[in-house]
Amino acid sequence: MNVSPSEPWRLPDGVDELLPPVVRRVEALRQAFLALGSRWGFEPVSPPLIESLDGLLTGTGEVMQRETFQIVDQVDGRTLGIRADMTPQVARMDAHALASEQPNRLLYTGTVLKARADGIGASRNPQQFGAELFGHGGSESDIELLRLMLETTLLTGVASEQLVLDLGHVGIYAGLVGQAQLGARDESLLFDAMVRGSLPDVQQLLTGLAQVAPGVAKARKALLSLPELRGEPVVLAQAREIAGGIDARVDEALDRLDTVVAAVALTHPGVRQHIDLCELRGFRYHTGLLFAVHDSRGQQLARGGRYDAIGEAFGSARAATGFSGDLKSLSELVQDDDAEQMPQTGISAADLEKPGAWETVARLRSEGQSVVTLLPEARQPDAVTAYLVQDSGQWIVRPAGDPDSAR
Amino acid sequence: MSALSVSPLRFALSKGRIFDDTLPLLEAAGLVPSEHPSESRKLRIPSADGRVEFLIVRASDVPTYVQYGGADLGVVGKDVLNEHGGEGVLEPLDLGIARCKLMVAGPVDAAELPQRPRVATKFPKSARAHFAAAGRQVELVKLYGSMELAPLVGLADLIVDVVDTGSTLRANGLEPIEMIAPISARLIVNRPAMKVRHAELSAVISELAAACQLPESTQESSQTES
Repeated sequence: MNVSPSEPWRLPDGVDELLPPVVRRVEALRQAFLALGSRWGFEPVSPPLIESLDGLLTGTGEVMQRETFQIVDQVDGRTLGIRADMTPQVARMDAHALASEQPNRLLYTGTVLKARADGIGASRNPQQFGAELFGHGGSESDIELLRLMLETTLLTGVASEQLVLDLGHVGIYAGLVGQAQLGARDESLLFDAMVRGSLPDVQQLLTGLAQVAPGVAKARKALLSLPELRGEPVVLAQAREIAGGIDARVDEALDRLDTVVAAVALTHPGVRQHIDLCELRGFRYHTGLLFAVHDSRGQQLARGGRYDAIGEAFGSARAATGFSGDLKSLSELVQDDDAEQMPQTGISAADLEKPGAWETVARLRSEGQSVVTLLPEARQPDAVTAYLVQDSGQWIVRPAGDPDSAR
Repeated sequence: MSALSVSPLRFALSKGRIFDDTLPLLEAAGLVPSEHPSESRKLRIPSADGRVEFLIVRASDVPTYVQYGGADLGVVGKDVLNEHGGEGVLEPLDLGIARCKLMVAGPVDAAELPQRPRVATKFPKSARAHFAAAGRQVELVKLYGSMELAPLVGLADLIVDVVDTGSTLRANGLEPIEMIAPISARLIVNRPAMKVRHAELSAVISELAAACQLPESTQESSQTES
């Protein structure tokens, strides 16, 4: 169906606009996020809305290609992309423009555009917020970012008991599949079944294979258990029994998960932790720990992980870990609606051309008062709390309830 | 824990064969609907013990309800699930019920097929994938039912449909040509729900898994062809 030309107000599917109360809420949260990040030593950066498509897609694989709007640069005919995710841009800035040997802590907010929405009700123009830490590959930087992500969600006023932290690690699947000696076709079918979380399909695929050496069989058996290795952090011990000793990457991944679980439990004991070893989101992009925080309804608030490989294409292979989310959906959690209650107008002022009026208005505004000029023939705004009136030659502010204020 | 977490799990089911075949499994798992949907106009039916609330939806809508969290879990034929793509849901269990086959069928006395045959189907995604894998060009005609009619009136040369006993095919002068995939009903679970309500959901999954272990071994033999 075509959009009728008589409906030019209609926005594209998944694209939204925000009205003043929501903007106040989102903007307050954005400021709080930037201030929080700054207190943690994260520096703000602002990458461009568009850049060459190659630059945007480097290292991020086909998923980003599907999500990225493409336009042609009329100046030189190059294909440009509108960012669908700021993370690769920030990675490029770290590797190229900032080029440092030392860890870099960066944070950002900005609108991104998605050619496809992530899900129902998901915005195609989210206001992304995120933070990245480059140049450190240890668990300490994963933990730092995880904690910052949790603190960011707590800015909304949500109780930490309402949060569920989801943890996974791509090294587990990667390590096991590397030892399982599957052909390219079976490997791709297995990956597809794992991504869909289809235990029956995984079983059908792996049990139908020919006999192999015991070591390989152990890896396949562990892969078979992978879709069921989810739940409270105790599953990590179970995972070690099933998948330990098969591949160094798997053991390292389990060690890292143990360390992270303990660290988060120490600082954020109220947050429930959930392990999902079959989580393969962004598998071709992520290289280590994966994490996401959900509220108790299952709404994802922010997610992230380690992606050490991406900087290489930009000239400097740097360890990297980070998280991001949508400010608009995060702000829906804001419990305290003071921001929405904030009056739009304070003092109503007319007759600004009279002597002394402008000076008084300027002084009130410089003191932080909100003064709105009353335009001729316009009705008094609803949220007026006071009027600027002239009394015996003096300009004074008279509260709206005062009978003398009636004009 | 929030009030939301103690609300019953929402379980999407479709009326008809899926419901009838799932009912014994639900009963074995201790999840008995307080009413039968064919005797009620209600679309939300609580279980007798209040642990779950059954949502009665169209079969092809089950994956959508579960994907977007309208339901926490559901039962859906693999045919419908493949067509949906399975995005946003986990598929922890083959319930082994409502078994049939997704097949290509055509007229019994068919003349040679054209270079680019027309295929009528309710399952365009599965049909497209099947013919593409075989390197065959086809033109798909999306229909919502009575596929068997299409070759008889010249709307299509072939159909792709689920076949149970094959009697509808025979009654309309059609015969099965090749199998695309064996079909059975799957339990699907909303991905985020699996994270935030893991304990409750894994309890239901393992109860249903235990329930479908019981009579299942006898049914395995009926689908060995490929």
